[in-house]
Amino acid sequence: MVEYSWPPADKRDLLGDRISRLDGPAKSTGAAKYPSDQNPEGLLHAKILTCPHGRARIKSIDISAARQMPGVRAARVLQEPGAEIQWAHDEIAAVAADSEELAEDALRAIKVEYEILPHYVDEADPAKAPETKPGRERVVGDPLAALESAAVTVERELSVPMINHCCLEPHGQVTAWDGDELTVWASTQAVSTLAFQFAEPLGVPASAVRIKTDYMGGGFGSKFSVDRWGIEGAQLARDAGRSVKLFLERDHELAVAGSRPSAFARIKAGADREGNLVSWVSESWGSGGMPGTGTTPLPYVFEPPDRSTSHTSVPTNFAGSRAWRAPNHPQAAFLTMSIIEDLAAELEMDPLDFVHRNLGIANQDRVKVYEEELAIAADLMDWKARWRPRGTETGIVRRGLGLSLHTWGGRGHRSACDVKVHPDGAVEAFIGTQDLGTGTRTVITMVLADTFGLELGQVKVHIGDSRYPQSGPSGGSTTVGGVCSSTRRAAQNALAELFAKVAPDLGVEAGRLEARGGKVYVAGDPSRGLSWKEAAGRIGAVPIAVSGRNPGKGQLTDSGVGGVGMADVSVDVETGIVKVNRMVAVQDVGLVVNEKLAETQIFGALIMGVSSALYEERIVDPGSGRLLNPNMEFYKLAGIGDVGEFKVHLMTGPGYDERGVIGIGEPPMISPLAAIGNAVSNAIGVRVTEAPFTPDRVLAALEAEGGA
Amino acid sequence: MERDDKRKVSESGVSRRDFLRGGAAGAVATGIMPAALRGENASGDAASGTEVVGPGKVPMTLDVNGRRLELELEPRVTLLDALRNHLSITGAKKVCDRATCGACTVIVDDKPVYACSMLAIEAQGASIVTIEGLGTPEQMHPIQAAFVDNDGQQCGYCTPGFVMACKAFLDANPTPSKLEIERGLGGNLCRCGTYNGIKQLLLEGKGVA
Repeated sequence: MVEYSWPPADKRDLLGDRISRLDGPAKSTGAAKYPSDQNPEGLLHAKILTCPHGRARIKSIDISAARQMPGVRAARVLQEPGAEIQWAHDEIAAVAADSEELAEDALRAIKVEYEILPHYVDEADPAKAPETKPGRERVVGDPLAALESAAVTVERELSVPMINHCCLEPHGQVTAWDGDELTVWASTQAVSTLAFQFAEPLGVPASAVRIKTDYMGGGFGSKFSVDRWGIEGAQLARDAGRSVKLFLERDHELAVAGSRPSAFARIKAGADREGNLVSWVSESWGSGGMPGTGTTPLPYVFEPPDRSTSHTSVPTNFAGSRAWRAPNHPQAAFLTMSIIEDLAAELEMDPLDFVHRNLGIANQDRVKVYEEELAIAADLMDWKARWRPRGTETGIVRRGLGLSLHTWGGRGHRSACDVKVHPDGAVEAFIGTQDLGTGTRTVITMVLADTFGLELGQVKVHIGDSRYPQSGPSGGSTTVGGVCSSTRRAAQNALAELFAKVAPDLGVEAGRLEARGGKVYVAGDPSRGLSWKEAAGRIGAVPIAVSGRNPGKGQLTDSGVGGVGMADVSVDVETGIVKVNRMVAVQDVGLVVNEKLAETQIFGALIMGVSSALYEERIVDPGSGRLLNPNMEFYKLAGIGDVGEFKVHLMTGPGYDERGVIGIGEPPMISPLAAIGNAVSNAIGVRVTEAPFTPDRVLAALEAEGGA
Repeated sequence: MERDDKRKVSESGVSRRDFLRGGAAGAVATGIMPAALRGENASGDAASGTEVVGPGKVPMTLDVNGRRLELELEPRVTLLDALRNHLSITGAKKVCDRATCGACTVIVDDKPVYACSMLAIEAQGASIVTIEGLGTPEQMHPIQAAFVDNDGQQCGYCTPGFVMACKAFLDANPTPSKLEIERGLGGNLCRCGTYNGIKQLLLEGKGVA
């Protein structure tokens, strides 16, 4: 029996190294072909007509003129007269033409009559909602009595708006039929689970659908499903008998193809004189479009002995929100950590001390980790020397520090990997996963090469094809643990077979062999061995071909991480402009496969966090129900000059590595919003209750509390 | 016509892009080009100094990465669409399509240009360099190698535009300060958050040929 495990630190040749991403050269030279770059022979370009109204019924639709225009090869009505459209930018009709320009002309020739219906798009005021879905009230202990007896209390209404994924490569795909066989170059996070989604609506078996995704331009949780544009792109291709490229226009993308639910809450909380959080009472609500939203996990990380929570989902006339990098956690962290900071300020306590004191009511598995992390983060931020009590900063530009904690799972998902060792020593792995830019391709290659004791260039990894062994969608920070575990098991299985072939020649039992440094040899006696090529020569004519799966035996991945985020900001109290000076992230992570790429991903999470804290929000016109900023000029993302400096520390090595490989895509994204909000409050002496912390909100907060 | 395309609309009611594309309200697509920009195949009105071409396809010649490429395009086709859709030169990416994000950055006569906001017909006679013209995975330009080395990329969709913007930026200023970097590269947006690696490689003086 093979014992599956990660090698001990002294036997890792590649694992943990700072290796540049292997597809970096392809990406930085433009050689990487994304789904939207595919131009198969005879390609048509498709465009979609969308609804301009927040809610409407289609009275009539006429695509006959469009269909007859020169260069138009197919035109489809996507929603028939009588259909009730529930959000602006929902898809109404589509055309495929010889060029993008001709397709746009054709859209202009489509005539649609709507009966405009009332819509609801302002969930800040749920009293006006046509429908709400109240959740169950959860009560532990007697929170109201605990509030009464608390030494200090805070009562606030806080909110985080809906924001967008804004993937740079829009949602979409190129579809090409060959008879009844469909190839889809899809910009997806779900290579192995997408084929079936195409199959049923198109009336073909899933086995006839092949998904290909060598590269994809960002997903962040929004690209798991086939969507109407997927099916209709394939239908247009079938109608026209040509391949069809259909990627959403930016306005359509921003309006419907990915948003994070909003979160509002009225919160009362109390602490005793020593700074123990004793009570929490929250009524929260939020919207994720028509389906409403899931529950915001409150209070976050900390569980005071007396608490009550209730959450109401408020449907609005928007497309359904999608998973957004740590679903509901950044909102929950903001709602909770703001209150923590405010209570500390009421007690004139350093929030770092307040948080330390309350670790007794935090997730008990990670308390020791949080303690270590807080100490490291404080050191990196120079917190003890630089923190000042709230509101003691004076002058026009005021500096402040803030902090937040977070928690996440991150266990590796289901994954299967096939490994072949050829008789000439060539090694390859096949795995139906996808690289979102997280470095998946690189870490699989590292695990494979490390296991065989080979160099990176000696192994080949094939990903991004639904015909490879199935691997889970890339969501929930589950990919790295899943694919590394399945690859490790497959490679260990292959190595066991190889050892069995080689052992007789070396005169030892297979269990005593080791593969490192391009050799297979007797453990402890490298002189008794064969080169990798010689060893592979013993395989015979048929390559070794074995599989590995996750989950499986051995401690290769784990779940449950804690992390700390800190922010250092400057706020100009005359203009209201917030500038992030520095961010610190300390992240619990298990065994790190590639430190360089892990750090890059955390930098990315911090940058996305800064962007969401200072700039990002969906601005909606209440009159029309339409998004007023469906473009990248006014849906603002942070630029290179907006993000400050970063310090990142990974909690890895002895004591952490033993847990195996754990995902980090999501957790470091959770704390920045809360930490920045707290730093702003620390700087200006008042709470800015609504994110993002734009100049108008900062100035309003100062004015409301008579500050500055 | 019910279509609402939410583009920036000028006082005349014609959006800038619709005007460029000549498609507003079904108007015929006609490009009016200064003589200095006209292609060799265009016929001229010497007296006014302007050229009227289109609305159908007209012959064009583009100088891309040192190669003269002949093609027939409608005058309203942008340089980005000409590259991606008609020449299959797909390194430059279409992201905002409105001159905000920089993913389509190419270098035209030594200047960085948003290819989504220049017409192909305007680019005639100019030297156009795309990411493919800078280097190959096997033989990278120093700025491309620096992006790999400093891991200034994740999904990679903004990368070609960012690389081209950095190239043009460094050509003009090989030893930029932090502030100059933050201002000079503010026209390129990344969603994965790769600014840290990009800023570092520029501060470390990498990328200069």
